[in-house]
Amino acid sequence: MMDWQALAISLKLAIFTCLTLLPIGLLIAYLLARSQFVGRGLCEALITLPLVLPPTVLGYFLLVSMDQNSVLGSSFVLLTGHNLAFSFVGLWLASLIYSLPFAVQPMLRSLEQIAPELREMAWCSGLSKWKTFLKIELPLAWPGIITAMVLTFSHTLGEFGVVLMIGGNIAGETRTLSIAIYDSVLAFEHEQAQMMSLTLLAIALVTITVVYTFNRRHGHLLRL
Amino acid sequence: MVIYYDYDMLDVFLTDTRQPQLSVDFKCAPGELLALVGPSGAGKSTVLRCIAGLHAASHGVIRSNHKDWFNSSNNVSLTPQQRRVGFVFQNYALFPHLTVAENIQLASPDKTDVMMADTLLSKVRLHGLGQRYPHQLSGGQQQRVALARALARSPEVLLLDEPFSAVDKVTRRKLYLELNSLRRELDMPIILVTHDLDEAAMLADTMVVIHHGHTLQQGTPDQILHQPNTANIAKLVDVRNLFQGNITHEDPVYRLQWHHFSLEIDQDNVARNKHNLDKQTVSWTISPTKVLLHQRLRPSRGEQENPIQCTIVEILTLRGITTVLMKVQDCDDLIIQMDLSEHVAIRNALVTGDTITVSLLASAIHLICN
Repeated sequence: MMDWQALAISLKLAIFTCLTLLPIGLLIAYLLARSQFVGRGLCEALITLPLVLPPTVLGYFLLVSMDQNSVLGSSFVLLTGHNLAFSFVGLWLASLIYSLPFAVQPMLRSLEQIAPELREMAWCSGLSKWKTFLKIELPLAWPGIITAMVLTFSHTLGEFGVVLMIGGNIAGETRTLSIAIYDSVLAFEHEQAQMMSLTLLAIALVTITVVYTFNRRHGHLLRL
Repeated sequence: MVIYYDYDMLDVFLTDTRQPQLSVDFKCAPGELLALVGPSGAGKSTVLRCIAGLHAASHGVIRSNHKDWFNSSNNVSLTPQQRRVGFVFQNYALFPHLTVAENIQLASPDKTDVMMADTLLSKVRLHGLGQRYPHQLSGGQQQRVALARALARSPEVLLLDEPFSAVDKVTRRKLYLELNSLRRELDMPIILVTHDLDEAAMLADTMVVIHHGHTLQQGTPDQILHQPNTANIAKLVDVRNLFQGNITHEDPVYRLQWHHFSLEIDQDNVARNKHNLDKQTVSWTISPTKVLLHQRLRPSRGEQENPIQCTIVEILTLRGITTVLMKVQDCDDLIIQMDLSEHVAIRNALVTGDTITVSLLASAIHLICN
């Protein structure tokens, strides 16, 4: 039996994370691609850190930072009257952190690939920096942005370790599909685990295929 | 339609002690095509970027149409958007996601004027290709689109950065002819950056030699290529007959002592440099086209002028021009080059090893103060 509620939570989390990381990731990627500043290397390292850190370690630090005694956790309680840890909002904030490299890196790479002459040509053609971004850089970085969103979506959908640490396993609130699969396996409900795993496999396969197809079609635009 | 303005002189004076160093001073009149020439890394493109507002020198003035685009003493530095320049980049920098027509319209002050793209495309002989994307065009067509886009802004100054370097030789020759014909319709200053001296000599009204960011000489192609101011410039512009000699004074006449030859020289040339030349060692050049062959069958005027006996060591012919390399007799380490029409070389049956006599015409000898 498919756990539709868990699938709905997973999809909601993935969509919320994607929509939030689209502007945040784009802003960070743009700043990293277009400006030189002291500590740039450290910034890039911090953004990439969730890629290499074990999910349980990342989950532990996030859990500690969301504790009622922490600044973040206590502020949240003060504002909403609820705990940040083991809530959907907490899970969503954690998703933003662990999916950040998946959003920023493809956008950064695609912005870096745009030949500097194209921006300069746009300026010499009378376009302001903002219009240059909208009319030249954004359309050219589009394959990277699509890749970023698809990777963020599928990674958020499948994340297990951090979700377990931050969200626990509260049905209808923080119980995602990957947690439901884990539960099913522990309960020897293999048929249910298989169905949910196949669902996640299908979603992952479709999204990655979309990324490769899209990038192959539009990749030539980045080269002069 | 393209709007034409009354253009005035482009005045460029820049200095920069930071890297890349600059010490540049030149003027370009409306309708004039000025070529910035020099080896790779000489700072030519940096100067162009300064004019466009993409790079700022530490000091100087760039004035176009009586308006300061850059003036370090008044802290004036207009943005690239505020300067009306048409820029053709070396790799054309066409926007790959836009059609040819959209590329041109984007640069137009009136973005809604759909006729402008058609008009400009006809001007550069690309009528009907407006809906294609840049990657669907050949290199030559891309260059023409870049030129049309540069003109779309009705620029006060047209900047061309090595615009012919990315196309093959055959296309390049076609584009030379097209630019030459198009520029008669343009009445703004045009700056062409190139490292190809032949290209500059063919297209430019004025050449400016630039090296290590410093302008060394400004003049007509003939002045630059045949009358360089210094031996360094002579080397940079690949002067092929560059020698050293001494000025001797046999009152009232000055002569050039070159090894065991005492050559007649243009006395007006000497008079201009008298205080520099007196009894001095000088460098001197003579254009290979102005070395006069003594024809075996038909003696001609000028044969009494500085006759030199030589032995032919090599003959090379390219596109109807024959270059003859000759050793000067009794001075085996001295090689003179002479350019002739191919038919003259054939008519005189020139072959390697032949001994011939040539005249170094006094009026063609250019003295360079050391």
